[in-house]
Amino acid sequence: MSGEAAEGAAPILEVRDLWAGTGGKTILKGVDLVVRPGEVHAIMGRNGSGKSTLTHVLMGHPAYEVQGGEVRFLGRNLLEMDVTQRARAGLFLAFQYPVAVPGVPVSSFLRTALRSVKGRDVPAREFRRTLQAAFADLGIPDAFASRYLNDGFSGGEKKRLEVLQLRLLEPTLALLDETDSGLDIDALKTVSGGIARSIEAGVSVVLVTHYQRILQYVTPHVVHVFLDGRIVRTGGAELARELESRGYDWLDAPPGTAASGPAGA
Amino acid sequence: MEARNPHDLVGEYRYGFADEDCSVFQTRRGLDEDVVRQISAIKGEPDWMLQFRLDALRMFRERPMPRWGNREILDGIDFDRIVYYVRPADRQGTTWEEVPQGIKDTFERLGIPEAERKFLAGVSAQYESEVVYHSIQDEIEKQGVVFLDMDSGLREHPDLVRRYFGTVIPPNDNKFASLNSAAWSGGTFLYVPKGVHVKIPLQAYFRINRRDMGQFERTLILADEGSSVHYIEGCTAPSYSTDSLHAAVVELIAMKGARIRYTTIQNWSRNVLNLVTKRAVAHEDATVEWVDGNLGSRLTMKYPAIHLVGPRARGEVLSIAFAGAGQHQDAGAKVIHAAPDTTSTITSKSISRDGGRASYRGLVKVHPDAHGAKVSVKCDALLLDEASRSDTYPTMEIACEDASIGHEATVSKVGDDQVFYLRSRGLTEEEATLTIVNGFIEPFVKELPMEYAVELNRLIRLEMSGSVG
Repeated sequence: MSGEAAEGAAPILEVRDLWAGTGGKTILKGVDLVVRPGEVHAIMGRNGSGKSTLTHVLMGHPAYEVQGGEVRFLGRNLLEMDVTQRARAGLFLAFQYPVAVPGVPVSSFLRTALRSVKGRDVPAREFRRTLQAAFADLGIPDAFASRYLNDGFSGGEKKRLEVLQLRLLEPTLALLDETDSGLDIDALKTVSGGIARSIEAGVSVVLVTHYQRILQYVTPHVVHVFLDGRIVRTGGAELARELESRGYDWLDAPPGTAASGPAGA
Repeated sequence: MEARNPHDLVGEYRYGFADEDCSVFQTRRGLDEDVVRQISAIKGEPDWMLQFRLDALRMFRERPMPRWGNREILDGIDFDRIVYYVRPADRQGTTWEEVPQGIKDTFERLGIPEAERKFLAGVSAQYESEVVYHSIQDEIEKQGVVFLDMDSGLREHPDLVRRYFGTVIPPNDNKFASLNSAAWSGGTFLYVPKGVHVKIPLQAYFRINRRDMGQFERTLILADEGSSVHYIEGCTAPSYSTDSLHAAVVELIAMKGARIRYTTIQNWSRNVLNLVTKRAVAHEDATVEWVDGNLGSRLTMKYPAIHLVGPRARGEVLSIAFAGAGQHQDAGAKVIHAAPDTTSTITSKSISRDGGRASYRGLVKVHPDAHGAKVSVKCDALLLDEASRSDTYPTMEIACEDASIGHEATVSKVGDDQVFYLRSRGLTEEEATLTIVNGFIEPFVKELPMEYAVELNRLIRLEMSGSVG
């Protein structure tokens, strides 16, 4: 189902000892993560463990400050790039809770996004065809195009639109923040199908989730367990199944092992 | 970003150029009985109008300044410094060739003749105190539609004017209505006969050129039974360091089953005090819509009103206000439900940035016998930064128990999360903010004819440039 991971190829993303937080509170406490072309990484962990924070910090949300460590994306220093530059360089974040932007029609937003990311205008006819195909692919009715961006959307509609953007914008690396949460089984299948097709098309993925069920449709090459702001265990797809049956408690770090500050910060 | 005033950047006022003063006549500064008599004499008015003006002058003097809106700016107006009447040309043209070259060039720069050719049924262009150009399509004139400047209206339709002039907004309504009633000049007189539908819009354009000038146009629109019309006005002025005063009075009367839409795209320079009284009367089954876009000016105080006096009359006020640095937009709406089964919708949207201040001031009144009245008021304010300000002063006086009243008010800031979301899709910070602002005013823009929607979006983009760095 997933594309071939390029063993030994130069990494797309290298996160080294990343510390970050917000409002004086440290949330990420030394994250290390290396993603190579075509790889699918699942990051699993309890609510509140900091996995969503990781995706937001990587995308550059202004509410978070990086306190230490480094991140390279396609060989460039990601932390020196602003949000727009990150998007244009090929990084994408599918939001868990996409915000509404009332008054902005979905179609004009998508066209603007496509133009911004690709750096060229797509002719109107070509855009309409692309959009119709993408809508059909994700079971989205055409009338969606004239609705206002995420305004009054159901949870499932929002997730479909996030995956639709993933399909259209064709990033190099997609960070998927709980894209499976709040979906019924049919919606989950549709959304997962969209993600799988992006992977087949060569998109690398970091998938943040706390359920194993999406992994039935999107097979990860690597599974990480995230606990208290860092990755505490890494394994193959079997690790996800183990988490499903045993939960997270057995992985809890013994008290006192969490470091008190960023190394070298 | 450098610590420069954003308005020194590209977002500056585009229509701030001034022509040389080539006026053929003007009254001396200040307003007294002599000046009023002089204005009336120049126009060769009937005696009743002179008396109307003189009574209004007395009311203006006796009436205190409003104690709300922006007292500081209001109290700072020096009425003796203002020139109340400036005649820019000897006569009015019905073709642009007849308009003096300099003035014609100005309207060319403002795109009026081009708009007229493309999509208007008639155009009135006022420069200072007088309408210098006026035209109407033959086809519409043949249907009996009267579209004239107010002075010509008074000359050619004295009975109609005498019957309705000042009946919707009496001269003692407020200080600035009194001032207008004493010093009025220009404006539009529009009469649409029974059952006539004017399908494409008529437009009036108001231009102030001189500094220290007061423009007091006077508009009366009468839509007879079962007729409909869409009237659009636009306004600009040069940028001066001293204030100019614009105090219009606009009266609309929609007879039984008639429909009037009055659209304003006002884009005054930042030295204009815009103190306008606009009110409509809607009779049985009539509809009146005010679509009011307020950009520019230093202070705007404007509350388009609708009196729903006949059963099932409907009123709608849809407005946006954009307040930038040093600007105060005190805008709102007023609806009186005086008959059963009347409906009103008020939607007010304001955007403040760079320390600008936008206020919504509204009054909805439902009389005891207005059974089944429906009222919906929605005010949304969008603040683009911490320094800007938004206030809401809604008043509801509901004397009828079975009226249905809805009221919603929101104040939002352009959120970090919205900007982040859009930027994560490759938009720059500036593009993201503009997208959010355009979305915010979308309910307003979609009510405009396409050409005006494009123009408004362009104006908003200009206002927004340099807002983020």
